[in-house]
Amino acid sequence: MITVYVPCDSSALALGAEAVANALQLEAARRNLDISLVRNGSRGLYWLEPMVEVETPEGRVAYGPVQAGDVAGLLDAGMLQGSPHALSQGLTAEIPWLKNQERLTFARVGITNPVSLEDYIAHDGYRGLKNALDMAPAAIVDTVTESGLRGRGGAAFPTGIKWRTVLNTPADQKYIVCNADEGDSGTFSDRMIMECDPFVLIEGMTIAGIAVGATRGYIYLRIEYPHAETALNAAIEAALAAGYLGDSILGSSHSFHLEVRMGAGAYVCGEETSLLESLEGKRGLVRFKPPLPAIKGLFGQPTIINNVISLASVPIILDKGGKFYADYGMGRSRGTLPLQLAGNLKRTGLVEKAFGMTLRELLYDYGGGSASGRPIRAVQVGGPLGSYLPESQFDTPLDYEAFAAIWAVLGHGGVVAFDDTVDMARMARYAMEFCAVESCGKCTPCRIGSTRGVEVMDKVIAGEDRDAQLHLLRDLSDTMLNGSLCALGGMTPYPVLSALNHFPEDFGGTGKA
Amino acid sequence: MTQTNWDRGAVAQIIEDKKTMPGALLPILHAIQNQIGWIPGEAVTDIAEALNLSRAEVHGVISFYHYFLTTPPGKHVLYLCRAEACQAMGSENLEAHVREKLGIDYHETTADGQFTLEPMYCLGNCACSPSLMINRNVHGRVTPERFDAIISELREYTA
Repeated sequence: MITVYVPCDSSALALGAEAVANALQLEAARRNLDISLVRNGSRGLYWLEPMVEVETPEGRVAYGPVQAGDVAGLLDAGMLQGSPHALSQGLTAEIPWLKNQERLTFARVGITNPVSLEDYIAHDGYRGLKNALDMAPAAIVDTVTESGLRGRGGAAFPTGIKWRTVLNTPADQKYIVCNADEGDSGTFSDRMIMECDPFVLIEGMTIAGIAVGATRGYIYLRIEYPHAETALNAAIEAALAAGYLGDSILGSSHSFHLEVRMGAGAYVCGEETSLLESLEGKRGLVRFKPPLPAIKGLFGQPTIINNVISLASVPIILDKGGKFYADYGMGRSRGTLPLQLAGNLKRTGLVEKAFGMTLRELLYDYGGGSASGRPIRAVQVGGPLGSYLPESQFDTPLDYEAFAAIWAVLGHGGVVAFDDTVDMARMARYAMEFCAVESCGKCTPCRIGSTRGVEVMDKVIAGEDRDAQLHLLRDLSDTMLNGSLCALGGMTPYPVLSALNHFPEDFGGTGKA
Repeated sequence: MTQTNWDRGAVAQIIEDKKTMPGALLPILHAIQNQIGWIPGEAVTDIAEALNLSRAEVHGVISFYHYFLTTPPGKHVLYLCRAEACQAMGSENLEAHVREKLGIDYHETTADGQFTLEPMYCLGNCACSPSLMINRNVHGRVTPERFDAIISELREYTA
C-alpha cells in the first residue's frame, strides 16, 4: 500500500484538488493499484497547488501543480515510486522554499491529516497541554511571558501580560475568545492553521483556559471560511470524545468547553471589542476602552481575546519552553512570524521565519519577484490598514519596531505585491472606500471621514483643484488618525498617506500639499 | 436553497432550539439563512419575541452584517472578492466581465433568478487571486474564461 497525499486546504481546493483526488482514486482502481489517499493540509507552496505527495522510502516526493488531467500520465511515469516527471519537485523536505523556513507554529501543517487526533499526537501534539496540566497557573503565564510572544493579530501586545491580567482578576466565569475573523486582504495564516492543523489552536486555547481559570471558550470565525468551520468542528468533536476537551480534561480537575461561532461578514468585528459585541448577539459596535476585555470582556467577564496564531503558538512554547521560542527573532520581536505572500508574486504562499529577514529577501528569494514579470512597484504589508512600501524601503527588516520606524506596520504578516501597472491614487481611494463600507459607525472621524475621503479622492483623480484637495486629504487623515475610536478609522490613513508620500506622481498636483 | 414560500414552523423550531444559547441572535440568524436562504421580515417578529428584544434591535443586527440577506437571493449567491490581493492580479477586469456577463451589479439578482452577486472583502485565498465563492466553493486564479465555465456548469445542473 502506497500513501498518496492530496491537500484539502481551501486554496488547494480552489485550484482543483478535489478533482485530482477523485481522478487518482478512479485511475488507481482501474489499474488495480493499492493506494491509501490521505487528505492533508497544504504545505503553503501555493504556486505548486494542487501539490500531490507520495510516500517513498526516501521520504515524501512532491508533484505540482497537478490537474486531474495529469493523473494518468503521472501514474504512467511511476509517480507512486517517486519517479521523475515534468511536474516532479523532488523530496518535499528538500524544496529550498520549505527547507529554509523555521516552522514552529506551522510544524505540522501540510504533513498531517488535519482532523486526525491520532496524527496530531503522533506529531508531538498535546505535549504542551500535558506539561501545562502539571504546572501552577502562574507558571504557565510566566512561560508565555518568557517566550516574548506578542499578539499576532497585528497589535503586537505582549500575550503574557494580557494573560496575567485575566489570571489576577477574580470572577466566577472567565472566557477564552479566539479572534478568527481574519479579514485582512493578503492574509491566510489563520485560515491555514484552522483548516490544516485545527488541534493546535484547540490545544492553545485549552492551555489558556487552564492558565487563567477559564472554563469556556469561543472561536469567532469569519463566514468567509466555510472549510475552517468544518475542520474545527470535526477536531473539537474528536478532542471532546478523547477527553482533551470538556469536563475534567485528561482526568484533571480542569474543564474547558469550546464552541465555534460564525461572524457575518463585518470586517470591523476583527477589532476585539466589536467582536465581543458580536459574540453577545449585537451589532459589532466598537467599545470604549477602558475597561479592557481582560477585566470586563465577554458578557462583562474577564476574557482573554487572542488571535489564532498567538494561541496556536502556545503549545510549542509549553512543550519546549519560553526560552526556546524567545531564542528566535530580533530586538523585541521574539519567535517566528508566519508571513503570507500574496498578490502579484511568482511564488505565493506561507513563509514562517524568525523575525529579522528583510522584506526584499521575502519578496525576491521566496516570492521570486512579480508574477507578471514587470517590476514590483509597491507592497502593502499588514492588510488593508497597512502602509504601501516603495522599493526604497524593501531593505527594512521584518520586525515590529523597524516597521513602526518607517510609519508602516507588520500587522498580521500579510504581504501584497503590486507591479508597475498599479495606480496608487486608486489604491488610496479604495482604502477610504473600504473604510466607508466597513465602518461600524460609532465614531464620526471614521464614519463620516471615510466617505469624505472617497469624495476627495474622486476629485483628485478627476484632476479638480488637486493641491487644495490633497491639502484637505492630509487634514482629514490627521483627524481620522487622531480622533477615531479604533484602528479601522485610525489606520486607514496609513495606506492613504503612504501612497501619497511615496507615489506623489500618481496624485498629480504640484507636490506642495 | 432559496425558499420564497418559507416554512414558519421550521423557523419557530430554530428559534426554540437556540434561544437559550448565550448570545443567541447570530446563531439563530445564521440557522434561518442556512435553512431558507434569507431572513424574512416575519421571522424578525418571532425572534424579537423569543429573545425579549425589540424588532428594531433585531433589525439593527441584521442590517449591520453584510452577510445577512433580507430579500430572497437567486439560486446561487456569487461572492466576488474585491480586496487588494485580488486587485493586484486583475480582479477589476474580472469584476467588469462578471457584471457584463450576468447583466447585474452588486446586491442584484439575474432576471431568471439564478444568480445574486455580492462583493466580499477577502476569502483568504490571496495566494491564488483573483477569487470568488459560490455555494461555499471557493475558486482561485479565476479568468473570465474560467468564470464562464463555472457559470455554465451551474446553469446546466440547475436548468
